[in-house]
Amino acid sequence: MYQFTYHRVDSARKASNLAEKNEDAKFLAGGMTLLPTMKQRLASPSALIDLNSASEKLAGIEVKGRNIHIGAMTRHYDVANSKDVQEAIPALADLAGMIGDPAVRHRGTIGGSVANNDPAADYPSALLALNATIHTNKRKITADEFFTGLFETALEPGELITKIVFPVPSKAAYMKFPNPASRYAMVGVFVAKKGKDVRVTVTGAGSSGVFRAGKFEAALTAKFHVKSLEGISATAEGLNSDIHADAAYRAHLIGVMARRAVNKANGK
Amino acid sequence: MPKVSMTVNGKEVSGNIDSRTLLVQFLRDTLRLTGTHVGCDTSQCGCCVVHVDGKALKSCTVLALTLEGANVMTIEGLATDGKLHPMQEAFRENHALQCGFCTPGMIMTSVDIVNRKGNKLDEQTIRHELEGNLCRCTGYHNIVKAVAAGAEAMGK
Repeated sequence: MYQFTYHRVDSARKASNLAEKNEDAKFLAGGMTLLPTMKQRLASPSALIDLNSASEKLAGIEVKGRNIHIGAMTRHYDVANSKDVQEAIPALADLAGMIGDPAVRHRGTIGGSVANNDPAADYPSALLALNATIHTNKRKITADEFFTGLFETALEPGELITKIVFPVPSKAAYMKFPNPASRYAMVGVFVAKKGKDVRVTVTGAGSSGVFRAGKFEAALTAKFHVKSLEGISATAEGLNSDIHADAAYRAHLIGVMARRAVNKANGK
Repeated sequence: MPKVSMTVNGKEVSGNIDSRTLLVQFLRDTLRLTGTHVGCDTSQCGCCVVHVDGKALKSCTVLALTLEGANVMTIEGLATDGKLHPMQEAFRENHALQCGFCTPGMIMTSVDIVNRKGNKLDEQTIRHELEGNLCRCTGYHNIVKAVAAGAEAMGK
């Protein structure tokens, strides 16, 4: 790890003030990705702005009307075990419980995962499928506009995610085929239905990160049933190939995970 | 160098450390508590698991400075009055270790599982919950048996 200056802050405002003064600074949330990346010297921020002492203000889960608000510093373990999330959006609690392993879930945060936008991370698929809104210290950004590419988001330098607001869907489910060693998604598919709007999102497969599977969405909008997906498959174009799986296999997995997710969302 | 203070195994400790110091380095190098091991150093193997404020964490992937004021428990803090903790005793009894390198992390994770899931653990739960801990010797069967036995013993 290269040398950095360490700053501990107790509020989002102090964090963003510091970030604006330090061009190469990074926010430290759970650190489950950032610290390993720094250890490998793939990242070398000049300063770390540690948000963990701001957890009281930036973490927490609240039900407000037909939305669930989740603070950026909320740990995966707390999302997975929240009664409110389990009741309103069980698919989201399931997803949080599938991230990494128990020790990683105790530390990793939703805001950190979303801001990093790893192409194999789980949360981006949920935000995009559930049409969530990302609140920052400056503005609100819809998930459609937020995820802009591989490890790329609409966040500007110094901009900090404060919470994420999920509208409660009528049906939703997440199915993932994890890499057995890292638990990252080789392919993860999130399906969500809210009124007539059906969204199907794919993580782990796309070479530009999370994406919506238009063909699957159209078929399921006609009828939200697994039979609607008969004969529908994803193309390998634009998908990742690596030592774990080639693009054709990932394309196949998208179909398999989508069908399983639809069945699960329908209680089957 | 910045200063950090925390409670480790019930004792107040502090040290002036490089900001890059990971919790596991603070424990092993500064405090000389070498029971916590570094296996992979990439937060996959679980040899470095300790409890921070009652929850299992991988100490190779947390900065020591971030844990100002935290309450940390390592494998050295489990036994009381020279008597093995029931989970340690269960690992010994069930021959759940061979080389022993992963054992401190396995035991800290296992105690955490019991804290979260209670004293009756089925095999599937144990195997799933141990996903973040790797053992290259035993083939896991005896570890799974030990965790079930240790969990039960902790309830007595």
